[in-house]
Amino acid sequence: MAKSIDVSDLNIYYGDFLAVQGVNMTIKARSVTAFIGPSGCGKSTFLRSLNRMHEVIPGARVEGKVVVDGQSLYDPSIDPVAVRRQIGMVFQRPNPFPTMSIYDNVLAGNRLNSRRMKKAEADGIVEKSLKGANLWNEVKDRLNKPGMGLSGGQQQRLCIARAIAVEPQVLLMDEPCSALDPISTSAIEDLIHELKSDYTIVIVTHNMQQAARVSDETGFFNLKATGEPGQLVEFNPTKKVFSNPDESATEAYISGRFG
Amino acid sequence: MSTTIDEARGAGRRPGDAIFKGTAVGAALVILLALAGVAVFLLYEGVPGILGAREETGSSFVAYVWPLVYGTLVAAVIALVIATPLAFAMALVISHYAPKRLAKPLGYIVDLLAAVPSVVYGVWGITVLGPQLVPMYRWLAETVPWIPFFAGPASTTGRTIFTAGVVLAIMVLPIVTAICREIFAQTPTLHQEAALALGATRWEMIRMTVFPYARSGMISAVMLGLGRALGETMAVALVLSASGVITLNFISNTNPSTIAANIALRFPEATGLAVNILIASGLVLFAITFAVNFAARAIAGRSARRMSR
Ligand SMILES: Nc1ncnc2c1ncn2[C@@H]1O[C@H](COP(=O)(O)OP(=O)(O)OP(=O)(O)O)[C@@H](O)[C@H]1O
Ligand SMILES: [Mg+2]
Repeated sequence: MAKSIDVSDLNIYYGDFLAVQGVNMTIKARSVTAFIGPSGCGKSTFLRSLNRMHEVIPGARVEGKVVVDGQSLYDPSIDPVAVRRQIGMVFQRPNPFPTMSIYDNVLAGNRLNSRRMKKAEADGIVEKSLKGANLWNEVKDRLNKPGMGLSGGQQQRLCIARAIAVEPQVLLMDEPCSALDPISTSAIEDLIHELKSDYTIVIVTHNMQQAARVSDETGFFNLKATGEPGQLVEFNPTKKVFSNPDESATEAYISGRFG
Repeated sequence: MSTTIDEARGAGRRPGDAIFKGTAVGAALVILLALAGVAVFLLYEGVPGILGAREETGSSFVAYVWPLVYGTLVAAVIALVIATPLAFAMALVISHYAPKRLAKPLGYIVDLLAAVPSVVYGVWGITVLGPQLVPMYRWLAETVPWIPFFAGPASTTGRTIFTAGVVLAIMVLPIVTAICREIFAQTPTLHQEAALALGATRWEMIRMTVFPYARSGMISAVMLGLGRALGETMAVALVLSASGVITLNFISNTNPSTIAANIALRFPEATGLAVNILIASGLVLFAITFAVNFAARAIAGRSARRMSR
């Protein structure tokens, strides 16, 4: 189910503005890959190019290649909608659908394409996904209450449940814990550890300790200079990045001597 | 809650607050007074008409006004049945489908429709639209006469209640489209991206996020359009060749009239009690429009509560 991602010479634009330039990397299947780097260096932009969410923004486009298990994502014959069904995404701010109950939120992805489901099957998916997102015990008695009634951390886990309910091959997470307290954060980190056995996970974070705790490999993005496009400076196993990085810029950023 | 904050801060002692509060309350009172004034006028002048209808027209007021109410509602409903789907579709095209370069001018063109005076629509309805629709009426009367709406015989001038409904539809289209477009465009990106990231197509995304978000606004927009269609006078007075009947046949030479058009056509020559009867029919229209707006509020409020629950 989980798949690897090969990125080669990727340039990402917003209109004429080149936001990210020349990225090459291989993201391993069934592992956690973390992206770190200063604000505005293009981590979110790059992450969104991995499931073709980037082109949702008017004028946004991509040059280069992203290959998932031998299949080129930006091939003209590929439907972006199909890509997004395979590669799920969790956003920085929790975004459950406001009009839907917890139950319907989890099933939102499964119900697309007007697929019919038996009640028992639907119940099964909801329970499995909520358990997978460590949320089941907290909400099992109020599945029909609106998703917006949950706390921020619970909402974020609901969004994770919604993303894994469709059993994607890859899960992209853009600073999923930045709006959460330490307890919710640690719940989500535990969850990432568990999900790793089934999914390929890519996570953007500003929290170095988090990157060090949860990831197997780390990519450090940086701006060459102000006004220049963002670049991938270093991509190595997390242990190496945090103990003995190849680049002095990485070392400087991690140890806080940045600028 | 606002009063406790006011008290806590000792508001009212600050001159800015006091002036603003004074103007706001004053404006609200003026509106209320105007509304009450209209209601009092309608009642004062209308009640004698209601009571005296029998001596003037030979039948009760209800018998007089009911065909007009019927015509008013039929014309408005035809207008909304045509305008609502069109307005929603156009608003969606402008807010979500058309590229930016095209969406802007399209929006302006729709807004321009609202700037056309209603007399112009009326004249256009008589001289252009009506005659254009005659072949369609003839075709309908020949092919589907078993549908009561199209029983025929088809009008030869095209000045039917259906034509009036089409003209009204075009007149309410801009306001409904403009409101819907604004609300559609305000749907939070966060929720739209949530749907897209799950693999929703654009239409699925619109159904999952845009419509639920915009629901109460869409209802309000349609109700505003309904209010406009109910009260529209000039265009209907010009287009409709009315004989005041109650009929389901929308395409013949004998058509129901509407309250507003009836007042406009009769008022110049009316004297004495006849004026009171016309004013009383105006009172009925006032009540209908009031009820429509009230219903719109209730529906919009209910779905707003559902959203925030
Ligand atoms: N919708 C957009 N339109 C135009 N430019 C954008 C858009 N979104 C981001 N950018 C630009 O692209 C560059 C990269 O932004 P991005 O959001 O990817 O940074 P980031 O690394 O995720 O930052 P942060 O850590 O603050 O989230 C920035 O210069 C930003 O201004
Ligand atoms: Mg970001």
